[in-house]
Amino acid sequence: MATHTGGLTTATAAVRIRDLHRSFTDDRPVLSGLDLDIEPGEFVALLGRSGSGKSTLLRALAGLDQDASGTGDISVPEQVSVVFQDSRLLPWQRVLRNVVLGLEGPGAKARGKEALAEVGLAGRERAWPRELSGGEQQRVALARSLVREPELLLADEPFGALDALTRIKMHGLLRALYERHKPAVLLVTHDVDEAIVLADRVLVLDQGHVETERTIDLEGRRDPSDPHFAAIRTDLLAALGLAGGAEIRTEDKEAGA
Amino acid sequence: MTAVETEPARASAPPHDEAASGRASRPRGKRRLGPGKAIPFGYLIGPLLLLGVWVWGSAQGWIDPRILTAPWTVVETAWNLWETGRLGPDLLVSARRFALGLTFGVLAGLVLAIVSGLSRWGEAVVDGPVQIKRSIPNLALLPLLLLWFGIDERMKIITIALGVLIPIYIHTHNGLRSIDGRYAELSETLRLRPASFVGRVVLPGALPGFFLGMRFAVTSSWLSLVVVEQVNATSGIGYMMLLAGTYGQTDVIIVGLVLYALLGLISDTIVRVIQRRVLTWRRTLED
Repeated sequence: MATHTGGLTTATAAVRIRDLHRSFTDDRPVLSGLDLDIEPGEFVALLGRSGSGKSTLLRALAGLDQDASGTGDISVPEQVSVVFQDSRLLPWQRVLRNVVLGLEGPGAKARGKEALAEVGLAGRERAWPRELSGGEQQRVALARSLVREPELLLADEPFGALDALTRIKMHGLLRALYERHKPAVLLVTHDVDEAIVLADRVLVLDQGHVETERTIDLEGRRDPSDPHFAAIRTDLLAALGLAGGAEIRTEDKEAGA
Repeated sequence: MTAVETEPARASAPPHDEAASGRASRPRGKRRLGPGKAIPFGYLIGPLLLLGVWVWGSAQGWIDPRILTAPWTVVETAWNLWETGRLGPDLLVSARRFALGLTFGVLAGLVLAIVSGLSRWGEAVVDGPVQIKRSIPNLALLPLLLLWFGIDERMKIITIALGVLIPIYIHTHNGLRSIDGRYAELSETLRLRPASFVGRVVLPGALPGFFLGMRFAVTSSWLSLVVVEQVNATSGIGYMMLLAGTYGQTDVIIVGLVLYALLGLISDTIVRVIQRRVLTWRRTLED
């Protein structure tokens, strides 16, 4: 067990983090003095270089950082769902059983079917996870997190392992699901365009705290070829320590952590 | 960007073009690495080959019937034993010992594996004694078991169960412990109750290990049966063989051996069939 002084309390609505510190065994602080607020129903994307502590922050919010030690106050809603980079479906359970895993009561199956229909997988309830494509597996994972009606959805590079085309489709799906259910979302990503397309607000993490913050004030459909979009991208890339946009593709692929 | 455009053009060329030019030597649909497609009833080929050598060798007179009885003599002897009512009861007694020993052994092994796999305290208490038992052959334990439980059925079934318990424990325990930690993490975020975690995540995940243990257990059960039936038994296939040994009846001994082999093969096949049914979600090199 790691030692966390300060509390993990649950609030009625949004995320509130004050003066969060986290470090692992080597004592190099990963997060130092981080403050963060997320309003109910707000979509926030979190960018940062490899090792900047994006995932550490998300895992702290999910209560999955038993191996880290540190201090600070975190308050999260009662219902929190997590989507991981891998779909993390149990291979020995059929798709529907995966979606309703841990849900009880007579309505669970019906709700699971509904959630599967919402992500466009109606009729695949009896399939085994390995029979689905990577994108479909990730959609099942989305259904699994949405069926719990989360007030906060934490997504840790959920589309990082998908091909570019599938990723674009998944962006549309995630945004549509978000509009319908309106949970607060914290999306960790290494893809600057993905952050701008999806989020209302983009944060850049550096030196263990939020270094840059940018509200995305784009009207209508968000088009990467729009000059305003490009301007935001240039700003964010600069915050990530890149002057131009050219190198980002190769650099970004390495940003795992 | 031109490279990207030429790629699909090449890929869309009709596949038989390449074959016609004689460059594509690899037939489609065949995996080059890995053992390849399963042969129907392939597991029977080896045993049949062995049988073939035996038949041919006996017919050619290369195998002395005093050393190894010819297969037809064995069949004839088996039929005679069956007709005179000497084989049926012995077979039944042996099958009963096998089934009871296997059942108790599997249950005990499973319970111990779950106790030791799911809790550190359980492991601390259970794992040591099981590992100690593992290094003691059943044969060495027999004198003690004879003293404790006498020479009746109870001793035989306990001996078989003790042998079965080990592979079930080892492989199920290993299966339980090697479940991906990421699933535990997932279960935590889904707030699974401990009972659901065990029932939905841990036990199904350990099933492949259990079935591997089961295949060892079935074989071990027959092996132990042979041992206990040749020590202080008054019935069973082993006793029949022991008796035949004293009278120099090679053919009866071979009948017993063939029976053991057949029973072992049949029970292993049953385990495999069940394993395939239960683990449909899993596709490995085996398929």
